[in-house]
Amino acid sequence: MNELLTATATELAARIASREVSAVEVAQAHLARIAEVDEKVHAFLHVDTGGALAQARRVDAGEITGPLAGVPLALKDVIVTKGVPTTAGSRILEGWIPPYDATIVERMRAAGIVVLGKTNMDEFAMGSSTEHSAYGPSRNPWDLTRTPGGSGGGSSAAVASYQAPLGIGTDTGGSIRQPAAVTGTVGAKPTYGGVSRYGLIAFSSSLDQAGPCARTVLDAALLHEVIGGHDPRDSTSIDAPVPPVVEAARQADVTGMRIGVVTQFKGDGYQPGVLARFEESVALLEKLGASIEEVSCPHFDYALPAYYLIAPSEASSNLARYDAMRYGLRVGDDGDASAEEVMAATRDAGFGAEVKRRIILGTYALSAGYYDAYYGQAQKVRTLITRDFASAFERVDVLVSPTTPTTAFTLGERVDDPMAMYLADLCTIPSNLYGGPGLSVPCGLSDDGLPVGLQIMAPVQADDRMYRVAAAVEAALGSDKLLEKAPRL
Amino acid sequence: MTTAITRDDVAHLARLARIAMTDDELDALAAQLDVILGAVARVQEVAAADIPPTSHSLDLTNVYRPDELVPSLGAEAALAAAPAAEDGRFRVPRILDEEA
Repeated sequence: MNELLTATATELAARIASREVSAVEVAQAHLARIAEVDEKVHAFLHVDTGGALAQARRVDAGEITGPLAGVPLALKDVIVTKGVPTTAGSRILEGWIPPYDATIVERMRAAGIVVLGKTNMDEFAMGSSTEHSAYGPSRNPWDLTRTPGGSGGGSSAAVASYQAPLGIGTDTGGSIRQPAAVTGTVGAKPTYGGVSRYGLIAFSSSLDQAGPCARTVLDAALLHEVIGGHDPRDSTSIDAPVPPVVEAARQADVTGMRIGVVTQFKGDGYQPGVLARFEESVALLEKLGASIEEVSCPHFDYALPAYYLIAPSEASSNLARYDAMRYGLRVGDDGDASAEEVMAATRDAGFGAEVKRRIILGTYALSAGYYDAYYGQAQKVRTLITRDFASAFERVDVLVSPTTPTTAFTLGERVDDPMAMYLADLCTIPSNLYGGPGLSVPCGLSDDGLPVGLQIMAPVQADDRMYRVAAAVEAALGSDKLLEKAPRL
Repeated sequence: MTTAITRDDVAHLARLARIAMTDDELDALAAQLDVILGAVARVQEVAAADIPPTSHSLDLTNVYRPDELVPSLGAEAALAAAPAAEDGRFRVPRILDEEA
């Protein structure tokens, strides 16, 4: 394979800066790779060849410099891009051309990052396999009959199949971390409020967070630093400096760190090969100088049910904006039908089964008579989960667990069984409810030959700690080389 | 508290959510929601009577910015993606009954 494709983002940026290779050549190599393999993988919904080459030329002209200038990136289609189609994986936004850029898109452009195109996802980020995309599923480069995870499976598949060294995902319940785990890549969900949500199409506003996907921990940290930081256009954006994630990724030293193993995340439902790689990682961290203790977080057992009340409730409200009046799909407007009839017909035609399921579930949970028993109770459980994290972080610096209970599952296996699909996010959801950061780093292959992810969870605004631990694991295991074991496409 | 959810309940919720579902969709959803609600109702096992609810992980109340005029999207850009527009406005289907 062309070595411009296998190089890390850090290496590419250095070679572009030293003029050893041009940003245009790097972009062209990746566009050619997309043309060669994406028919099999289906990572991209839209490839922006013109926009990518124009940005690469600006870098080559010396107009933009920086640690990631000229590096290509795959952007999840839930982030709005001015003049470039954005669908969020939904029929209801098919053909929509946004009139503005998300803040993170502006920041990436200013940093010289070359956006190659928009990646596939479960519709409105609701799912764990990309099978709920209105445009067909993405496939896992390790085994094309399997899912690359979801909702951000397009970005994870693109990064894992060398179509881009960097990606952007969004994580409401695990949609960056679980795809990273099952594709052998790195994915980080920053602290809630750490990266602007302006221009992120809303699913569950109190949980949604954009973050980096990459093949190495340092590359992810560099991207995190570009997109992070305060944005006055997002009122929930944290007005404080980005934690020193790049420095932490370079240090890669866990000496003296206290690491907690979550008691609740093991046992039934976990694949033995996943647990074996996890336990080896914990033993490795101890060997590298960390101290290990088991930490019980009793309310984590209720995180999944609380999440499946809170997220659909917020979604039922957020998705009310798709009303067929101002943008997006409109069906049934025959001059006779009322606005309300057109709205209902459009929402039936434009939303897929999972989105409808969650809107109806959320509408139910918020109904008079059920509110206290469902949504209200879930919010109280959210408080108790936050308290579990707070007590844990009095004793340890980070918590670790498997990222997801199994390796990549087969396409079709869970699509008709919503509860089985929801279990993929069992270990990632608590961090979203609490608001703290979480990261998945590859920690080897399971018995089935598929990648396993180690999840590291840190306190709010201590994102640097998870990069430090992940970089140490990566260096010791050589997990930045794991993808070399994937079959050739 | 777990209440079995009926097909009529789902039809009512679909009307509230403005989704004109087919009979097949209502049947399928009623069965699935019953299973999902049974699973999420587990939150009710937690003793939390005295626990305050969390709606949001950040301890933020009012967030202010300077009250300054900044350019916003022009009418042309705002209407560019509209399903129908007329005279610089969104054109929508009738919102009142014929006799009104």
